[in-house]
Amino acid sequence: AAGAAGGAYWVDSQQKRYVPVKGDHVIGIVTAKAGDVFKLDVGGSEQASLSYLAFEGATKRNRPNVQVGDLIYGQFLVANKDMEPEMVCIDSSGRSSGMGIIGQDGFLFKVSLGLIRKLLAPKCEIIQELSQLYPFELVLGMNGRIWVKAKTVQQTLIIVNILEACEYMTAEQRKQALAKLSGN
Amino acid sequence: MKATPLSNCERRFILRAVEERKRLDGRQCYDYRNVRISFGADYGCCIVELGKTRVLAQVSCELVPPKPNRPTEGILFFNLELSPMAAPGFEPGRQTDLLVKLNRLIERCLRNSKCIDTESLCVVAGEKVWQIRLDLHLLNHDGNIIDAASIAGIVALCHFRRPDVSVQGEEVTVYTPEERDPVPLSIHHMPICVSFAFFQQGTYLLVDPSEREERVMDGVLVIAMNKHREICTMQSSGGIMLIKDQVLRCSKITAVKVAEITELIQKALENDQKVRKEGGKFGFAESIPNQKITAFKMESAAVDTNDVEEQAEEIITKADPPSEVSAKPILHTPGTAQIGEGIENSWGDLEESDKEEAVEEEDESEVTALECQKMETEDTSTMKETKKDEPIVLSDSEEEEVVILEPQELPKKTRAQTNSKQENTSKKAFNKRRKKKRAA
Repeated sequence: AAGAAGGAYWVDSQQKRYVPVKGDHVIGIVTAKAGDVFKLDVGGSEQASLSYLAFEGATKRNRPNVQVGDLIYGQFLVANKDMEPEMVCIDSSGRSSGMGIIGQDGFLFKVSLGLIRKLLAPKCEIIQELSQLYPFELVLGMNGRIWVKAKTVQQTLIIVNILEACEYMTAEQRKQALAKLSGN
Repeated sequence: MKATPLSNCERRFILRAVEERKRLDGRQCYDYRNVRISFGADYGCCIVELGKTRVLAQVSCELVPPKPNRPTEGILFFNLELSPMAAPGFEPGRQTDLLVKLNRLIERCLRNSKCIDTESLCVVAGEKVWQIRLDLHLLNHDGNIIDAASIAGIVALCHFRRPDVSVQGEEVTVYTPEERDPVPLSIHHMPICVSFAFFQQGTYLLVDPSEREERVMDGVLVIAMNKHREICTMQSSGGIMLIKDQVLRCSKITAVKVAEITELIQKALENDQKVRKEGGKFGFAESIPNQKITAFKMESAAVDTNDVEEQAEEIITKADPPSEVSAKPILHTPGTAQIGEGIENSWGDLEESDKEEAVEEEDESEVTALECQKMETEDTSTMKETKKDEPIVLSDSEEEEVVILEPQELPKKTRAQTNSKQENTSKKAFNKRRKKKRAA
C-alpha cells in the first residue's frame, strides 16, 4: 500500500539468470556425491550443497537413494554472496511438504524467472487452462526450471511447448492455441 | 563456467521421444528449423539464425604480399569463435575440442572445396594479393553450430564487396567505394553443411539436432554439399558405425536440404540487393525483430491503512488477557522441586523408574520450604499420563511443531506427514525430541 510518505514497493524484473535466495524452492540437478553431501547445480554461480540427512525420514543408516543426474526439489537454507548455497528438502518442522527427489519420468526445461513468477501467482490462468487439457504433474522451480510429466510423450511435449511459448503470447493467443489443441 | 549438466530424466525422455519419432519442438525427423538470414549495413556482414542458434559472419579484405609458394593466388583466412555468451560452458581463450573440430570443418568446407576463386584475388603477381578474412562468431548455441556457421560463411562471402583495383604497369590504384563501386568476390559454388545425429547405434537419425538432442546423441555425420550435388566434405564423429545404406540415404537427404537452403540464400541476397539499390533502409536495425514480453497484471488489493492504529488498539483492548501461568513449585524429594512443566528428559525415559526431572531449581529451596506441603496433585497426575502415552507438546515452543522421526516407517514411498503423536511403548522405537533451553 502506498502511503503519502514511506510507501514500500516491491519491484520484480525480468531475467533468465538465477541468483540463489534464502527460502526459494528450486529444482536442482545432482552433479556429485561427496561423502555426506550432494552437490547440486541450481543454475547459480556456485553449486549448492545438500546433506543426505536433510530429507524427511533420513538417518545415518537410512540414506536417500539419490544418483548423479537426479532431480531434487528443495529450498535454500543458506544463500548469500559470501558462502556456498545450502539446500534442504525438509522444512523447519522436519516435514518434506512436497520436497525431495523428483521421479524418473517427465521432462525438465528452462524458462525465464518472470514466467515462473507468473505461473506461481495464485489462480494462475495458464495453469488452470492447461489442466483442462489433460492431467499432468508440474513442479516449478524458482530458478527457472520446470518439470512436467503427463501420460504420454506427446502430451508432455505439448505442455512443454505451451509453457515455453507463454513467455511471448498474449492471453487471447494462448486461448486460441489451447482451443485448437482441445479440438484435436 | 561449467555447462549445465544433463539430468537423467531429460536424457531418458529425449531417447524415448526419438524412439517414438517425436522431437522436442514438434519437427519431423528430417525437418530443418527455420533459417533466417539478415544482413548488416556493411557489405559482408550477416547474421544467420537456425532456430535459436545464431552465428554472425563478417568478411574483410586487405592487400598483402602473397605466400611464396603461391605467388598468383589470394589468401583466405577463416576463423570461428565460440563466444561465451553462446553457452555457459564456453570460456574465452580456451581451445576446446569442439572449437578445433568446427574450425577444421569450416576450413575443409570452404577452402578445400575451392568455392572461391583465389586467382581472381591476385593484383600484382608475387607482390600484392587480396587477403580475404572470414570471421564467424557464435552468438547463441542451440545445437548444430556447423550448419549455421557454414550458411553464414558462404552468405557473407557472397554478400561481400571488395574495393575495385586497377593496375597500370607498375602503378596499382585502389579505388574507394565512392569512386568506383566495390566488386563482389568470384564464387563458383555454395557448399553447405548438413548434420545428421544418430541414436541407438544408428537406428534412428535426426537432421539438424537441437542442443538437447546433441547432448544425447551417439554420434554425428556432417556432409557438405553444393546444389550441383557435389559432395565437398564429409565427416563422421562420435565413433558410430555407419552402414553404406545409411550414408547414401543421408547424402540424398542432404541434396534435398541443400537445394532448399541455397534457394533461400539466393532470395535473401536478391532482397538485400534490391533494398540497397532502391535506397531503402537496410541493416540489422531493420531486419532483427523486437521480441516483447507480454506484461501480466496482478490484481492489486487496495489496503486502507488510514485507521490501522485505532483498529490495532481496539483489538488489543478487546482481547482476553493471557492466562496466568501458575508457577507453583512442586516438591518431589527434599532438594528437588519443579516449577511448571519442563521438558522431558529423553535419556532412558521409557523406564518408569527413571522419573527424575531434569530441571533443578537453584534458589527455590526457600520457597519450597514454605510451600512444601502444597502438592499439586493435578499437575503430577497429568504429567504421569502424558509421559506414558504421548510426548509433551509444548505450547510455547519456538518451533512450529515437534516431530518425532520414526525410521521404521520410511520404506513407504508416499511422503505421509509423520504423526507427531506416536505410541512409544516399545524400547525399539528411537525417539528424538528437541530439547529447548529455558531462559533462566
